[in-house]
Amino acid sequence: MNLIEKTGGKILDSLQGVGGTIVLLFRGLYWFKTAVKYRVSIFDQMLLCGVESMPVVMVVAIFSGMVVALQTGHELARFQLEGTIGNIVAASICREMGPVFAAIIVAGRVGSAMAAQLGTMKVSEEIDALEAMAINPVRYLVMPRVWALLFMLPILTIFADLVGILGGGMVSRLQIGISYYTFFDGVMNNLEIKDIYVGMVKAVVFGLTIAAVSCYQGLNAKAGARGVGRATTRSLVFSFLSILIFDYFITAIFY
Amino acid sequence: MIQIENVWKEMGGEEVLRGITLEVKAGELMVVIGGSGVGKSVLLKHIIGFLRPDSGDVLVDGVSIPNCSRKELYEIRKGYGVVFQSPALLQSLTIEDNVALPLQEHSGFPDDTIREIVRDRLHWVKLRGVERKLPSELSGGMQKRVSLARALVMDPRLMLFDEPATGLDPILTAAIGQLIVDLHARIGFSSIAVTHNMNLAYLIGDRIAMLYNGRIIEVGTPEEIRRSAEPLVQEFIHGIPNEGS
Repeated sequence: MNLIEKTGGKILDSLQGVGGTIVLLFRGLYWFKTAVKYRVSIFDQMLLCGVESMPVVMVVAIFSGMVVALQTGHELARFQLEGTIGNIVAASICREMGPVFAAIIVAGRVGSAMAAQLGTMKVSEEIDALEAMAINPVRYLVMPRVWALLFMLPILTIFADLVGILGGGMVSRLQIGISYYTFFDGVMNNLEIKDIYVGMVKAVVFGLTIAAVSCYQGLNAKAGARGVGRATTRSLVFSFLSILIFDYFITAIFY
Repeated sequence: MIQIENVWKEMGGEEVLRGITLEVKAGELMVVIGGSGVGKSVLLKHIIGFLRPDSGDVLVDGVSIPNCSRKELYEIRKGYGVVFQSPALLQSLTIEDNVALPLQEHSGFPDDTIREIVRDRLHWVKLRGVERKLPSELSGGMQKRVSLARALVMDPRLMLFDEPATGLDPILTAAIGQLIVDLHARIGFSSIAVTHNMNLAYLIGDRIAMLYNGRIIEVGTPEEIRRSAEPLVQEFIHGIPNEGS
C-alpha cells in the first residue's frame, strides 16, 4: 500500500509539475500585452539568451556541419554519390541539428541560469517581496524570459543552419574534394521551404519549452542552496527531455 | 484597521494557528511576540494574503482578505509596506531601482519625480550616496534600511514587519527600532511587527501580543506585558526555558 501511495504521489507531483509549467507558459505569453512597459527587460533577456549564446551555437553548428559532411562524404564517395553531400548536410542541419543543438545549448547555458536566478530569488524572499508590492512575478520576471526565448531561438537556429551548412561545404571542398559549386548547388536545389519552416517551428516550441520549464522550476525551488541546485538540475533534465520528445513529434507531424 | 477573527491554520499536519483573535486599531503599532516557530510569520502571511485560513477571517479596513480575488489583493497590497526577515532586495537592481520599483509599477509618475521620492525616502532612513550601489555592496543593516525605504515609498497605510531585527547587532536593532518609531510618528501608519526581540518590542510597540502554541495568550501595553501575571509571558520576556521549549 505504501509503495502504491508513493508511486501515486510521484505521478500526481509530475502531473502537477507539467500542468503548472503549461499554465505558467500561457500566463507568460498573456502578459505580452505589457511588453511596451517591459521592453528594456525583454531586450536585456534577448541579449542574454540570444546574442551571448551566439558564439557557442556557432562553434557547435560549424562542427556539426563538418562532421555530417565528413561522415556522409566518405560513404557517398564509395558509390560516386559525393555530389549529393550538399543535400544531405542541408537537410540534416535545417531539419534536425540546427534547432536541436541550438536549443540544447540555450537550455544548458540560459535555462539553467534562469532556474538558478529565479530559485535564488524565491528562497531569499525576493519573489514574496514582489508579490507584497503588488507586482505580479509572472509579468515582471517570466514574461520577458518567455518572449526573449521565443524570439531568439529561431534567430539562433537560422544562424546555426547557415554556419552548419558552411562548415559542411568547407569539409566537402577540402577533405572530400568536391567543388563549392557542386556542394551549394545540391543545397539550393534540394533544400525545401518546408525544411526551413519545420526547423523554425521546432525552434519556437523549444524556446517556449525551455523558458517555461526553467521559470517553473526556479519559481518552485524549495528552501536553501540545495533547493536551488535541485531546481537547476531539474530544469536542465526536463528541458533536454522535452526538446527530444517534441522534436520527435514535430518531425512525425510534418514528415 | 485589522481584525483577525478566530483564525485557524494547519500546515504540514500541525495546527500552527489555533483560533487567533486580535485587533489592531488605526495608527496603532502592534508587536506580536513569541518563540521561534509559533506561527508569527504565518500570521503575517495571512494579512498579506499569501495564506488563507482554514477557518476564521482576516479583515483589513473591513475587507475580508481571504475572500479577495488575486486582482483585489494586488489593489489592497498597494497600501501595504512589508519589511521581510531578510532584506529581500532584488540583487540585480541598484538601490535606487529597488526603492523606485513600486512607484515605477504603480504610480505613473515621471522618472524625475520618482527619483526625488526615492532620494527622500532614503534620506528618511538615513542613507545617502548609495543610490547607484548594488545591494551586495551594502552591509546587512544598510540593506534593512533600504528595505524599509522601499516599503515606505508608496506612503502605506499599513506596515508589516517580519522580524525586523534579524541579523542585526543590539545597536543596529535599537537604531532600526527608533527609525520605525520616528517614521510611525511622521506618517501615522498602522503596523504589525512580529519579533522575538523584547528590547525591540518594548521600544516600538504601542501594544504587545504574545503568541504561544497557536493562540494569543496576552495582549497589553509594554508596561502591562512587563507586569503580566501569566507565567508563560514572564518566562518568555526573561528568557527562561519552559517545558514546551
